[in-house]
Amino acid sequence: MTEWWSYSLRDLLMFSPHTYYRLFELYNIELWPLQLIALALGGSVFLLWRHRSDMAARAIAAILALCWLWVAWAYHWQRYATISLAADYYALAFALEALLLLWLGVLRGRLTFAPAGSVRQRFGLLLFLLALLCFPLIGPLQGRSWLQAEIFGVAPDPTALATLGILLFSGVRPVWWLFPIPAIWCLVSGATLWALDAPDFMITPLLALLTIDLMIVNGSLKHRTSTH
Amino acid sequence: MTAPTRISPPPNNTRRRILGMIAAAPLLLPMMGLSRQSRPAARPILSSGEPLPLVGLGSWITFNVGNDQAARDASAEVMRNFFQAGGRLIDSSPMYGSSQEVIGYGLKKLGRPADLFAADKVWISDGDEGRAQMEASRRHWGIPRFDLMQVHNLLSWQAHLPTLFAMKAGGQLRYVGITTSHGRRHGEMEQIMKAEALDFIQLSYNLYDREAEQRLLPLALERGIAVIVNRPFQQGALLPRLARHPLPPWAAEIDCSSWAQFALKFIISHPAVTCAIPATTRIAHVVENMAAAAGRLPDKAMRARMAAFVDNL
Repeated sequence: MTEWWSYSLRDLLMFSPHTYYRLFELYNIELWPLQLIALALGGSVFLLWRHRSDMAARAIAAILALCWLWVAWAYHWQRYATISLAADYYALAFALEALLLLWLGVLRGRLTFAPAGSVRQRFGLLLFLLALLCFPLIGPLQGRSWLQAEIFGVAPDPTALATLGILLFSGVRPVWWLFPIPAIWCLVSGATLWALDAPDFMITPLLALLTIDLMIVNGSLKHRTSTH
Repeated sequence: MTAPTRISPPPNNTRRRILGMIAAAPLLLPMMGLSRQSRPAARPILSSGEPLPLVGLGSWITFNVGNDQAARDASAEVMRNFFQAGGRLIDSSPMYGSSQEVIGYGLKKLGRPADLFAADKVWISDGDEGRAQMEASRRHWGIPRFDLMQVHNLLSWQAHLPTLFAMKAGGQLRYVGITTSHGRRHGEMEQIMKAEALDFIQLSYNLYDREAEQRLLPLALERGIAVIVNRPFQQGALLPRLARHPLPPWAAEIDCSSWAQFALKFIISHPAVTCAIPATTRIAHVVENMAAAAGRLPDKAMRARMAAFVDNL
């Protein structure tokens, strides 16, 4: 598109709110009851985190990688791409995040977990539980059908937020390479919802920005501590 | 991007011929055997004289419903009511997601009307890939050929226009055009209009966005170029803005029963405008839009009154 920078986000939006939410509805109907498996996987991530062994951390990374790969293929590639020209690129980004989780988390064991002691880790745990348990309620609380609920492991937003939460409550050394894609997705999704005039457009980007802020503050504090 | 310098005469037209065709436009209704009350008025495509109803059907956003079967069926019903009301021109683009496929679905389900006027666009940077994209679009529609092919948002127009003119010469399409929207690149469009033998231009024009009145619409008349108007309702933003106010009583003088008709009649009554293409998902809106082209249209004085009224709201 020529002069693309002169278009507003709303000018670039190519589907209606009705079409967007119907996509989730039809997706959920086709997938049922896989959502229960996804929620069970989310629950098992929580239990594995409490276990805090190296194997548990690798298992969490594997579950997350599976979820990202599923969303890349089943949501972005198969469904969102039917109404969005950008969805193919989103699918590639989600698949890349899955590969990063497999490489850094499963194979190299870089994801380690500590007890939820610091503010960062407590926020991470809260974010993960919000994504898993509260995010599916956002649509119905706004009067939309339960069939349009966005669920961890199935829909992109709760998957990205839950991942950011897990990365926050990970151990001493954050795995920085795993942050950009979920954080950027949260901003992209917020922008899309803003263009759709969705009242909840702030939720996902705000939580992502809080995550980034906590990571930067935490990182700089650590850096200061280590240089003194 | 270099501005074109070659100035060609209006294709097969003189100013007198064009103005004569416009003056004779109201005669097109009885010629077509249509009643003024039920069928939309038509205006001639200036390069050929072929009459085209003043209201067409856009597909941006509204027909991009993906694989949602219920929404595809609803889109087909919108098309059915559009055709039943005398509509002919449907406009789409490869940029509109699944819209082309949805139009194709509707045409297959309803049976393609003999007088369908299929308008689409080429939207790709690489000129060599233009033909393949247009062929893919044609397959989506399920039609033997497009009536009108336009260069979308002037993207690589230098590469695409020679291809389109060659296709027109070879009988693979009937008309060639260029488009812009949101009031962008009017200067470049003006240069192309002066240099190339275009049949159509497409631009944004509505009660609030009237910049095209200054140069492009008069130039289109002068050059014998038909004009398609997109964003007649500012992509839905215009009507809520107007709906805060009551429709003026004098709107009845031009058979307006709603703000949508008020807005559409303002556009299609401009002598340079050949067709406006509102997009909608609602059957009631299609009927209302088509009715806007069936009743009385404002004259120059009334158009000025309409613009002034809206400016003062």
